[in-house]
Amino acid sequence: MKSDRLKPALLLSPLVLFLGLAYLVPFLGVMQWSVTLPEPGFGQYGKAVTDPLIQSVFFRTFRICLIVTVCAVAAAYTIAYVWVRGTPAQRLVTELCILIPFWISVLTRAFGWVALLSNRGLINTWLQAAGIISEPLTMVRNEFGVVLGMMHFLIPFAVFPIASAMRSLDERVFLAARGMGASRLRIFWSIFVPMTMPGILGAGLMVFVFALGFFITPAILGGGRSVMIAELIYLRLFQSPDWGLGAAISVILMLIVGALLILMLRLVRPNKMLG
Amino acid sequence: MQSGHEAAEITANGIGKAYGDFHALRDISLTIGSGEFLTLLGPSGSGKSTFLMILAGFETPTSGTLRKNGADITAVPAEKRAFGMVFQGYALFPHMTVEQNIAFPLQVQRRADADIKRSVDRIIDRVGLRGHEKKRPAGLSGGQQQRVALARALVFEPSVLLLDEPFSALDKNLRSSMQEEVRRLHQETGTTFVFVTHDQSEALALSTRIGIFNQGQLQQIGTPKDVYERPANRFVAEFLGDVNFLSLSSVKATADGAEGLFEGHPMRICAPGQSVSEHFAIRPEHMVMFEQAPAEGNMLKAEIGDITYLGAETRFGLKTSGGIDLVLQMPTREVKSAFQPGRQVWAGWPANQGFFL
Repeated sequence: MKSDRLKPALLLSPLVLFLGLAYLVPFLGVMQWSVTLPEPGFGQYGKAVTDPLIQSVFFRTFRICLIVTVCAVAAAYTIAYVWVRGTPAQRLVTELCILIPFWISVLTRAFGWVALLSNRGLINTWLQAAGIISEPLTMVRNEFGVVLGMMHFLIPFAVFPIASAMRSLDERVFLAARGMGASRLRIFWSIFVPMTMPGILGAGLMVFVFALGFFITPAILGGGRSVMIAELIYLRLFQSPDWGLGAAISVILMLIVGALLILMLRLVRPNKMLG
Repeated sequence: MQSGHEAAEITANGIGKAYGDFHALRDISLTIGSGEFLTLLGPSGSGKSTFLMILAGFETPTSGTLRKNGADITAVPAEKRAFGMVFQGYALFPHMTVEQNIAFPLQVQRRADADIKRSVDRIIDRVGLRGHEKKRPAGLSGGQQQRVALARALVFEPSVLLLDEPFSALDKNLRSSMQEEVRRLHQETGTTFVFVTHDQSEALALSTRIGIFNQGQLQQIGTPKDVYERPANRFVAEFLGDVNFLSLSSVKATADGAEGLFEGHPMRICAPGQSVSEHFAIRPEHMVMFEQAPAEGNMLKAEIGDITYLGAETRFGLKTSGGIDLVLQMPTREVKSAFQPGRQVWAGWPANQGFFL
């Protein structure tokens, strides 16, 4: 009897050990810094929540993440719809478009956007050559570039939970609605969207949580002008060695992410999310 | 019972449906009378569901025309036909309450709110869902979900109600109570019901007429009594229940039927209007078992094989002196103690029972 319960625990132990060493121990270290550096106490937390600069970075981060989440989920919904309900050819193309970005490093993609969007990038060059604009449009080194780059990275992650919600639907429900005289638009908004709402919420929360911790993409496409929270932590830790403050901001971010994850688990059953 | 249903008559003429080389339906012609309860019966893959989908407008036939009260509706899409439909698995809207599910078709038709509330209220009472209005489908039992599906399909008083194997997920007791319910709703609303099932006893119990499908073709259409007692072919005869086949010899047509011989026993068959052949068939429960040769009627000598007790009925396996296996079924209370395996008995039936195939 006892060995029956011991065996799974033993099999799981490497994972638990790895997670403990790779995540828990460093995180405890960061927590320790936040209350001991430069002197013991909660002074750094006080600073983190009252400093206008840090506050503004928090607000910007939330604003950008919210915009990214709404846009990415809307785009992912469209893509998932074609992927699940399109013709076989449409499905194949969509599948490639979702999968290929996964093979390209986030750094490469960020620079790709710079090449495309910068003042002397492809789009501005073409638009100027075509005489549509005289001055280049500013599309990177600002929030627009950051939002675009983040959306591009996060859309595929949002597609999966939404597509899985769409796949699990019973086709007869739509036939039933049609038979009652409902138009396609009516069926979409009154039946299809509400029935896929768990997928939408799951995708939204996941994108939002991922977006909160974004570092490389905003650093490159924001060009230091729209600093987000992860970049701020990096700056505090490595540029102006202010480890205590950087650690305190990390812990605050961690708590927010934790709260959101709990909310996500309550809203949607996890098995419906990634199915 | 007052009711706003205006039952419609549906006429199918030469309806066919082909998927490439595969013919799911061939040349189906039939008329579904206004207010009728027609059952489409057949094994899976027989085309009955495809035909229902064509009636509903979810599928377009590759040939033939469909008329409603004389008007051609072949090309009219499902959303414009506004027939009620109950799906296999009910197809309720899981995110809506019972009330909202039932109100949906009325909202789609842009009825006034007060009107919607009144209609929903009335149908909730009629199908016995009072007290469950605010629940979602996941919180209901199978039978209750079935009632919601019926209510939702009937609330807008459709001229035709289509039911696609609605009871296949229910257990036997619930099934028969839902059958009662459907029959009652048919009588109360007076609308035209088209019901698909593969269950022959359900078909016999519910319908005013039954259309039997096999391999994409309509084999026969008629009242339950007609198709059971005068099946058009061997498939129909066997699909509707057990049947014994007897090969007659020296068959002569007479004024009202035929005469012939089976294993030396003279047979007189009274079957007006049937085409006479040597293939005679009789259902197990139409034969009676005797210890001694009966004074009149058709009879043959046989030995009792195995006996199966079925509760109200008992079933006997018989072997004729010529070695043919037969089945005879009789009410258990009429079984005599002498009817034991190995016993020689007589199986008899009146001249007007049985049919030629």
